[in-house]
Amino acid sequence: MTDATAVDMSTDTRKSGRILYVASVVFLCAWVIVPIYFLLINTLSSPETVNSFPKSFIPEFDFGSLQFFAGFAGMLTALKNSVIVALLTMVMSILIGAPAGYALSRFDFPGKGLFRLLILLTRAFPLPLLALPLAVMFIQTGLDDTAFGLALVHTTLAIPFAVLITFSLFSGIPIELEEAAWTLGCTRLTAFTKVVLPLILPGITASAIFAFVISWNEVFAAAVLTIENRTLTAFLLQNLDTSPLHLKFAGGFILVVPALIFIFAVRKYLFAMWGIANR
Amino acid sequence: MAEIQIKNVAKRFGAYQALNDINLTIADQEFMVLLGASGCGKSTLLRIIAGLETATSGEVWIGGKRIDHLSPKDRGIAMVFQNYAVFPHLTVFENIGFGLRMQKLPNDEVTRRVGRVAGLMHIEMLLKRYSGELSGGQRQRVAVARALAMEPDVILMDEPLSNLDALLRMEMRAELKGVLAESKTTAIYVTHDQVEAMSMADRISVMHEGNIVQAAAPIEVYRDPAAKFVASFIGNPPMNFLSATPEGNGKWQVAGQTFDGPNTAHANLQFAIRPEDMQPSEHGLAATARIVEPLGAHVLVTCQIDDAMFRVILDSDTVVKAGQTLTLAPQSDRVRWFDPDTTLAVA
Repeated sequence: MTDATAVDMSTDTRKSGRILYVASVVFLCAWVIVPIYFLLINTLSSPETVNSFPKSFIPEFDFGSLQFFAGFAGMLTALKNSVIVALLTMVMSILIGAPAGYALSRFDFPGKGLFRLLILLTRAFPLPLLALPLAVMFIQTGLDDTAFGLALVHTTLAIPFAVLITFSLFSGIPIELEEAAWTLGCTRLTAFTKVVLPLILPGITASAIFAFVISWNEVFAAAVLTIENRTLTAFLLQNLDTSPLHLKFAGGFILVVPALIFIFAVRKYLFAMWGIANR
Repeated sequence: MAEIQIKNVAKRFGAYQALNDINLTIADQEFMVLLGASGCGKSTLLRIIAGLETATSGEVWIGGKRIDHLSPKDRGIAMVFQNYAVFPHLTVFENIGFGLRMQKLPNDEVTRRVGRVAGLMHIEMLLKRYSGELSGGQRQRVAVARALAMEPDVILMDEPLSNLDALLRMEMRAELKGVLAESKTTAIYVTHDQVEAMSMADRISVMHEGNIVQAAAPIEVYRDPAAKFVASFIGNPPMNFLSATPEGNGKWQVAGQTFDGPNTAHANLQFAIRPEDMQPSEHGLAATARIVEPLGAHVLVTCQIDDAMFRVILDSDTVVKAGQTLTLAPQSDRVRWFDPDTTLAVA
């Protein structure tokens, strides 16, 4: 009897635990997915449907709003600017971040702990605080309103992540692999290119894509530092303010989708960065 | 010719002295084992020879050429690592041929050499596989083959068998010994496993706290330990020690019995004997058996003589019970003496 009750109780607790777990998962997923789903429905609906009530939960597949954007003056230029800035950010943050990650993982040097902290601290300064001095400096050096200038700011934002991701990637490669390469005729450089690089290339790609997304999503610096050569975010921010509702939805959709796709592609490495085991 | 000379090599990590003034000469084609407990500096010494670590002071010479300022690739060495370090992104063939490709050897030469060492290590059928598809023992074979393919003057091995299970380790031990003897390279082999050291080495260097305590042939290290550390580190169970007081004229009293010993002026000495060098007899040391462990081939008896623990290995037919008193006679030519102050052997 007592045995049976004990078993019942444990299955009971397990069951309620399971329900709680599933409920939390459903809630968190809904929290993220529902707004994106509404964005999708409204983007693919005609202006009349967007402004009407009650809402339909099934998209109409009306591409009017998206078509409007495709033909909107300056839209394609802004898209091009966004891509250029994001690519520059991607390249620069890897070129600067990966060596720093390698050094953190392989060498012991005085102030290593402080250095790691400082890397994170670069994220502690709010951009609005830096915007004015940056704008003045950029105007003085002629970097204002250029893709390169904006990419520099975005690189600063992306570097902490590039360093942390590559640090964890390099730490995952046993030093013996490099040492074996050295004894087999490699210099430090050729050991890196022939052994380490092929092994971390997928991770580096992920880190690069993450830098791309950071730049793609960034709006404040883009809005302050560019006028003619606006990136997509800054361009939409400027124009959507006064646009009708259905265009706002479409604009939001255009911004969200690429970022989502990219983050989904590199999710494994982002978990690795935060110390969660790869799944 | 690849004689290795290590001259006054010392290594300090911050305040920690890992190696004290090491001097060692390893003859051409000799199989030298560096044996010691973890933290004794044996791996550090090997890594200094390999060029993966820089000595704080001292010189390393290989084949009459000073090499301690050269990078690892220019030293004429090849190394086998404890965790194998087989490159995961390359096939077994490309792993073994990695060093040859770095030397820019022609394709057919690479194929020939890889084929030869793969045959030696019995891994011909694995050449197309990746490291992830190999067992630990197979990876070990790849790592050794990769080192042999370089046809180095000196092959350095850092605990290469310690990650294998016991049976495989025994098999690889014999195989490695044969392959290395045939390759005619000078070999330095680091291990903490005394059986490995005894069975493979031409010469063993026993290391302790950053010093080489004794460098000699295995049987000499076993029979004539230069210091008490060696006597208690080598042999399983280790040597037994009893304190001895002088009776004059080279006579020493040990547990109530008189033995012939060194004719010296020491105030006291330690009498030492290996467990297998004792026989039950009419006259000898009176020992009370405490624990009796029949091990098949023989019986291990842990006894008490005065206040000291004392282990003997007796024939498996011997009938002993715990609590029983044994009279044990040491084989006289196997008795050794140590100075309790310096811990060194006294002849």
